Amino acid sequence: MTMTPDTLIPTKPVAVTVPPRPDHPPIIRAENLSVRYGDHRAFDQVTWTIARGRITALIGPSGCGKTSFLTCLNRLADLVPRCSVAGTLDIDGMDVLSAATDVIALRRRVGMIFQKPNPFPVSIRRNIALPLLDHRLCDRRTVDDHIERTLRAVGLWGEVKDRLNQSAFCLSGGQQQRLCLARALALKPDILLLDEPCSALDPISSGVVEDLIVSLRGRYTVVIVTHNLAQAKRIADDAAFFWLDGGAGRLIEHGPCRSVFENPAHPLTRAYIHGARG
Amino acid sequence: MHDQAISWHAAWPAPRLSARRNPDRFIAITAWLGAIAVTTVFFWIVVDLIRLGGAQLTPAFITNAPTSAGRAGGIGSVLVSTALILGVCLAVSAPLGIATAILLAEFTREGNRYCTAIRRSLDTLAGVPSIVFGLFGYAFFCVYLRMGFSILSGGLTLACMVLPILTRTAEQGLRSVPDEYRYAAAAVGMTRTQTLRQLLLPAAMPGLVAGVVLGVGRALAETAALLYTSGYADRMPSSLADSGRSLSIHIYDLAMNVPGGEPNAYATALVLVGLLIAINATAVWLGERWTHRKLSTA
Amino acid sequence: MSRSRTDRWLLVGLRASGAVTGAVVLLVIAFLLIESWPASRHVGLSRWITDPSWYPTSSAADGRFNLVPMLWGTLAAAGIAVALATPLALLSAVFCRFYAPPTIARFYRRMIQLLAGIPSVVYGLWGLTALVPLIQHFRPPGTSLLAGAAVLTLMILPTIALLADAALANVPGDHLRAAAAAGLSRPGTIRGVVFPAARAGIFTGILLGTGRAIGETMAVLMVCGNIVQTPTSLFDPIRTLTANIALEMAYAMGDHRSALFVSGLALMAIVIALVAMADRIGRGYAYA
Repeated sequence: MTMTPDTLIPTKPVAVTVPPRPDHPPIIRAENLSVRYGDHRAFDQVTWTIARGRITALIGPSGCGKTSFLTCLNRLADLVPRCSVAGTLDIDGMDVLSAATDVIALRRRVGMIFQKPNPFPVSIRRNIALPLLDHRLCDRRTVDDHIERTLRAVGLWGEVKDRLNQSAFCLSGGQQQRLCLARALALKPDILLLDEPCSALDPISSGVVEDLIVSLRGRYTVVIVTHNLAQAKRIADDAAFFWLDGGAGRLIEHGPCRSVFENPAHPLTRAYIHGARG
Repeated sequence: MHDQAISWHAAWPAPRLSARRNPDRFIAITAWLGAIAVTTVFFWIVVDLIRLGGAQLTPAFITNAPTSAGRAGGIGSVLVSTALILGVCLAVSAPLGIATAILLAEFTREGNRYCTAIRRSLDTLAGVPSIVFGLFGYAFFCVYLRMGFSILSGGLTLACMVLPILTRTAEQGLRSVPDEYRYAAAAVGMTRTQTLRQLLLPAAMPGLVAGVVLGVGRALAETAALLYTSGYADRMPSSLADSGRSLSIHIYDLAMNVPGGEPNAYATALVLVGLLIAINATAVWLGERWTHRKLSTA
Repeated sequence: MSRSRTDRWLLVGLRASGAVTGAVVLLVIAFLLIESWPASRHVGLSRWITDPSWYPTSSAADGRFNLVPMLWGTLAAAGIAVALATPLALLSAVFCRFYAPPTIARFYRRMIQLLAGIPSVVYGLWGLTALVPLIQHFRPPGTSLLAGAAVLTLMILPTIALLADAALANVPGDHLRAAAAAGLSRPGTIRGVVFPAARAGIFTGILLGTGRAIGETMAVLMVCGNIVQTPTSLFDPIRTLTANIALEMAYAMGDHRSALFVSGLALMAIVIALVAMADRIGRGYAYA
């Protein structure tokens, strides 16, 4: 938050919408979505669709509602006291915000990785087994196969296969983050929400995790919040720019990554990308 | 949003009671049943206390002396003995405990051997069963120091018993005073004595008082340690060398040794529980004030 | 007096207070040892277990000193109490944190705190006048192992429940967010994430509760019947080690009195071992 919004906002910001291309059908549709924490508005009136099978990056300064947007998608916002969500949100035909929605089924389909790796305080094996068994995705006889397959998918199998029964906290930060990714992938989700997944990691671990995310393209819909614009540019197909305006976050611009970064339509986007770069 | 509190109850929808063989529903029902059972017993005790003790509880009961071994009359002399026992207990344990707390919190570094030894001995003392304190008090104060069954012996025995909780709470109170106070005092060249008297002790006062209050609560609830130290006499004590029974011993004696003593035992229990609730409320209130202050200075 | 001299005297005073405080426990142990010395010399080691009964006299030669039935009484009452109180207490903590609406949880927690504050002699009085007649109605005489275990259960339930509740409250929000994000069900989260994270605190609570149950005197003294025998059924009257001391100190002389100090020493050793274990597992919980 180094720029002063007053001097940069020429007119009321208007979302510049690029219609979804037919070969990228939307999986997430938000309409007039707003989140408030008590009196504080996290973001206001976001109307947007996110395409299936693509990597979408959310960029913008801190406190403009990007993480809050993510936590709407898997109803994790429910956990925050005095948080209220308004508007409509539809994931693959499921009305996410409805009280009747089965949040457990929703959260199986929409996995999430946090900034700080947060493995469960149990063994490596049990970190993966716990959600698998709890969702009844496999039984006790086949669970070890699932664990191996999942850990191979995140390249962790070779590193941990001899110490599956050790506490997950014995792993390095990067390994823990990959374990968390494996835990999410084990549930065979459709959508993965990544909240600055690399920012707490050293550069090498960060690179490993980034490569993993790229490898998910096509098979999963990935929505990633990142402050690292270079990373967003490297890995994302689509990008969306959030900005804090009048005390609430707003979606300023979204579209294919290249157009947002190289030919931003809105002056705020241009200023942010140039400011953050220079 | 990372450091926001989490509302646990909202994390899951209410368990669906219709679903069969659902562990969530099973635990929900068991937890509610367990809570209802505990609550029922709680109200059973409270209702019994009020029903069986409430009728006797008059102003005269508080002030009159017990007659006919406590079956009739009041608890006037018992209250006086109790107050004297607590007074002796506090007069010894509060200065000792607070001084030890100051030593532990302000004058030594982590890992100092002398302090580790004191801490360890306090931890051990905290685990000694109260009847064992009774044995010790009897052998040491009553017999060895020739104090006999007296208010003094009882109070001193209780003082040993409450030292750990009093010291630990007072120490936490002192530790909650922000270090800025100490730096500021050192910067203007105050001596440690001055700093302590003019800054730290006033700032830590709620914590120190909370420690004393918790100690009083523990002492007031105690029976076994007093059986063979302060004795049973129910007459009005004329000095600290007299034997005097506390409220708790009065309850015990009326319930076990005096046929027909139960109504007055319940009335005394009601007084004792009332006092303890008042004391606990004070401690909670002080604790809250202390946290508020901590937040406002942080 | 110069400034630094005041400081020096202050430190001397504080050190002296600290020394007195630290010396109390040594004094307690020393007097227990001194007082139990005659009996341990005259009775020896094996007779505490092999004597045919507990019939102590002031000289060890004519008396019988078998402590085992009372040890069983203590262990049975405390064991049953811990076995009953632990699940109820854990259920209470889980109820407060995961199932009860916030208002009810607050009320319930306040109630458990009140239960924790009721003195043992009041529990004893209530047990004697409410529980014992109830048990007597089914199986005379009423004063029994069952009554003692029931009262002890009530007394240690709040200890364990409050410590378990505090341990659950201390589970980092990260774990909970992770569990929610993985879509774990409530039972899955409790069993798989919350209990492993709160294990130390819960275990500390159970150990402290056990210590309290073993060391408790008044409540068991009032409801257990105090007959020296190894219990064979829940409805048998029993006498615990603590109750034995409280009953017999009034008239015990010589080796008999000394024998009571021996049992006190044994009790202290058991409880201190439990507290030390609890302290090792969860530092800082011991005074809650």
